[in-house]
Amino acid sequence: MGFFLETLFGGLMAGMLYALVALGFVLIYKASGVFNFAQGAMVLFAALAMARLAEWLPKWLHFDNQVLANALAIVAVAALMIGVAWAVDRLVLSRLVNQDGIALLMATLGITYFLDGLGQVVFGSDIYKIDVGLPKDPMFLFDGVFPGGVLISKEDLYAAAIAAALVVALSLFFQKTATGRALRAVADDHQAAQSIGIPLQSIWIIVWSVAGFVALVAGIVWGSKLGVQFSLSHVALKALPVVILGGLTSVPGAIVGGLLIGIGEKLSEVYLGPQLGGGIEIWFAYVLALLFLLIRPQGLFGDRIIDRV
Amino acid sequence: MLYSENGQFKSNHRADLAIFPIREDRIAIALLLLAAFVIVPVIAPAYLFSAILIPFLILSLAALGLNILVGYCGQISLGSGAFMAIGAYAAYNLHTRIEGMPLIASLLLGGLCATAVGVLFGIPSLRIKGLYLAVATLAAQFFADWAFLRIKWFTNDSNSGSVGVAGLKVLGFAIETPAQKYLFCLAFVCVFALATKNMVRGAIGREWMAMRDMQVAAAVIGIRPVYAKLSAFAVSSFIVGVAGALWGFVHLGSWEPAAFGIDRSFQLLFMVIIGGMGSIMGSFFGAAFIVLLPIVLDNVPAWFNLPIGTALASHLTLMVFGALIVFFLIVEPHGLARLWSMAKEKLRLWPFPH
Amino acid sequence: MKLASITLAAAALLATDLALAQAKEQFFPVLTYRTGAYAPNGTPMANGYVDYFKLINSQGGINGVKIVYEECETAYDTARGIECYERLKGRHGGATVFQPQSTGLTFALTDKAPLDKIPLITTGYGRSDSQDGGAFKWNFPLVGTHWVAADTVIQAIGRKEGGLDKLKGKKIAYVYHDSPYGKEAISLLQERAKMHGFDLLLLPVAAPGVEQKATWLQIRQIRPDYVLLWGWGVMNSAALKEAVATGFPREKMYGSWWSGAEPDVKDVGEAAKGFNAVMLQHGAEPESKIVKTILAQVHEKGQGSGPREEVGQVLYMRGVMSAMLAVEGVRRAQERFGKGKVVSTDQVRWGFENLALDQKRLDALGFGGVMQPLSTSCADHMGASWTRIHTWDGVKWTRAGEWLQADDQIIKPMVKASSDRYVTEKKMTRRTPEDCQS
Repeated sequence: MGFFLETLFGGLMAGMLYALVALGFVLIYKASGVFNFAQGAMVLFAALAMARLAEWLPKWLHFDNQVLANALAIVAVAALMIGVAWAVDRLVLSRLVNQDGIALLMATLGITYFLDGLGQVVFGSDIYKIDVGLPKDPMFLFDGVFPGGVLISKEDLYAAAIAAALVVALSLFFQKTATGRALRAVADDHQAAQSIGIPLQSIWIIVWSVAGFVALVAGIVWGSKLGVQFSLSHVALKALPVVILGGLTSVPGAIVGGLLIGIGEKLSEVYLGPQLGGGIEIWFAYVLALLFLLIRPQGLFGDRIIDRV
Repeated sequence: MLYSENGQFKSNHRADLAIFPIREDRIAIALLLLAAFVIVPVIAPAYLFSAILIPFLILSLAALGLNILVGYCGQISLGSGAFMAIGAYAAYNLHTRIEGMPLIASLLLGGLCATAVGVLFGIPSLRIKGLYLAVATLAAQFFADWAFLRIKWFTNDSNSGSVGVAGLKVLGFAIETPAQKYLFCLAFVCVFALATKNMVRGAIGREWMAMRDMQVAAAVIGIRPVYAKLSAFAVSSFIVGVAGALWGFVHLGSWEPAAFGIDRSFQLLFMVIIGGMGSIMGSFFGAAFIVLLPIVLDNVPAWFNLPIGTALASHLTLMVFGALIVFFLIVEPHGLARLWSMAKEKLRLWPFPH
Repeated sequence: MKLASITLAAAALLATDLALAQAKEQFFPVLTYRTGAYAPNGTPMANGYVDYFKLINSQGGINGVKIVYEECETAYDTARGIECYERLKGRHGGATVFQPQSTGLTFALTDKAPLDKIPLITTGYGRSDSQDGGAFKWNFPLVGTHWVAADTVIQAIGRKEGGLDKLKGKKIAYVYHDSPYGKEAISLLQERAKMHGFDLLLLPVAAPGVEQKATWLQIRQIRPDYVLLWGWGVMNSAALKEAVATGFPREKMYGSWWSGAEPDVKDVGEAAKGFNAVMLQHGAEPESKIVKTILAQVHEKGQGSGPREEVGQVLYMRGVMSAMLAVEGVRRAQERFGKGKVVSTDQVRWGFENLALDQKRLDALGFGGVMQPLSTSCADHMGASWTRIHTWDGVKWTRAGEWLQADDQIIKPMVKASSDRYVTEKKMTRRTPEDCQS
């Protein structure tokens, strides 16, 4: 029983981390109808920038404090991601307005390759470290109840807490601020929003910047856990089932989907995996999402797809 | 002036319905086939065959198959790598386990196995649409990746999971030198391209296009979505499966599941989009673009004697590749095939202005 | 007049052509992965490989024959590797030898190389059965294979326990990269498990191996006595980080020689203290003569391929050793076929098959204390099966010092069975004794 709880908690927290990456997808899709395959590359780019700038800034500016270096790096990378958002909008999105979904999807795949290459040219392709002070050793709860206690990874717990905080902040942003309302208006209907005076261009830049910031947070969390290297962009592939399970247009869907996929993955790997020889995590997540989709084709919380003739 | 149908009159329906109604087109295709079958095998260096022509032919076959599903029927599939893998491994098992199995039969039966799985993974398309379907097809991709690593029967209990074939023969002719392999692939591609072209011009092709354009309206006029979608999945997986078997047998010789991973699926989708969705010609253009571009970019530093290291060159190749994809999507979202047809249109008037 | 000037021009061209042909150059292609998920490990290996060539050239080449090398980026992708092979095999007068640096690519090239008659060196990876030169004429898994590594790791664990018989009833988990690289060692481990009665638990990790939480949760449940790590690239540091996160003692972890290098542990640092890895004879050798020579003759002159700190690290040494073996093969071929001449691939293949690096020669080359004597033959393309264990102390790798040798009683029958199977599958015939003498 103790081990089951361990796996369950591990799954929940892994799920929160996937949800963090999935949030970026959902934000952009909600506001501009673009499925941003480049989200993984953005996570990698942000993480690389963070790792390297945290290393370089102390050398360039001649100080020694790790906390200050991290803080400055976060600010610098956030600015960088806003720059990336602006560039993507100016150079790619604004020229592909009104194209169908598949062309936009392919364009974001092109951006993925570009960002992957650019990140490695500017920042390097070695493994880099992000050290924001997340604790690495495990915590053992309920030592008396279960033999050996239930293992909770402190790092994952902090990461899940950060993800939850980010979701709350984003929800408040969308509900309470004028920009948030404008974003929701654009997500509903581009033309109607334009007709009441909401500038689509700036909204898109804002959305991509927010998604870039989410990518930064995801990059810090994942990079701190796994080390920052090219393979970090594969994390996005693990977040895709979360996105389609929860629904492409729903922020709470990303969270719920994340938790479901996280639990499903870990439980299946630990309990079903040995029967099947192991390594079943990744396809199990997709098959799980597929099964949910058969019941609700638009995801758990997504907007219903209405075909008009 | 050079290229116009002035003076070419058709006197029966059959002539009207020909694939190449214009005489100049027919001559051009005949010359192209002549060059491809007769001249290239004689004059081309071995490197051109092994590194450019053979991958181009096999991948254009795969792109052809994917184009049917994505371009003509409008179902986005990101799992084509899995179908290539199924075709390759099925053909391998037939070839190795059955003594004296003819090569072409193993390849085609491998394609049929891919068809069976393709139809299975096509069933969700009856309920799921659009981007949701695209991501759901990744389930096929990752499941195939895992199955060929884990289930030992598929790899003939090989110690390391790597399988290989050698000594390929067709009707007593060996398929060993690069030129022979090239001709073998070329024959397959020509037959399949002709078959596909006729299929998309026929009733079933029109059903697929109706499904793509407006599914509800198509259903209203009596086209059964089940039949149209699953037949698209079936035909597409068959062609992609045969291409996968060719890729493993002829190009790689010895392969592991990573050869048919998600990067291969994305590569095929790029070929279809950049080449032109819903166009047979487009599959070839897209395949040429995607096969040639990395090799050209890799060799540019050598040609211009730029002293950049291989790592930097590789990263720059990636960046240029991504930028070019975006560029092409902006400039011509309908792909290279549209550019080609526009060129032909202009050619009809040339050298006159109007 | 015009005819005379044309003839003169033609003669001049011909003379230049002959002169160029006489510029003695031996071409070594360098397959690298400096990009992609495995770049942190591939880059130091490539740097070591190229630095050794630069060193030899600075010393006058191989008896006067200059080394020409060209890099080609594969990003650890088999299809790209094949393209590199096809592109480079005919350049600069023909490639002398290929070192695929990837087990997957080795399998693909094992079929192509005999047709093109180009030898393959696969130091410490590739097909374990290619040790049998009677079936694999063109493959040379010099210094060791995955089976050698796995065998000696079990021996080391046995020694730690106080005897191989003490392994009975123990649990050993094998965490491996789900690819031919990771799967190659399984058959030998299963053989040893049968012999000594320990439980072998297989835990595959899907490439590239970044996500291992479930694997290590399972390890926490199973509580094995030892964990063998057969990872590559990012998978290694991810495994160590998960071991830290689940509290598995690193002293009980043994990595392969592809899992025990600086890029795998430096990220984890102090927390990886106690992690052991089996070494392909060499480990991190900052004090060795060859490292000092390379620093003096290559890096001091600004010719170094990578950063100075890298020289002497584990993977750098791997590259240096692989290059040294390639050069010694050419040197040996020159001894028989003409000193100071460019050798053909047939000749250099003979060279690799008749390597005799004794302690004196190794000391002269600067590898004293790094390698054991190595000698290959027609039947044995591996040449040596010595390994050592080194341990990470938080800052650097330290060695216990004992040499381990793989048990031929176990490995030879397995190699024979596997190569027999290969011969039957490919419908080949084994080499005749006469062929061995050539």
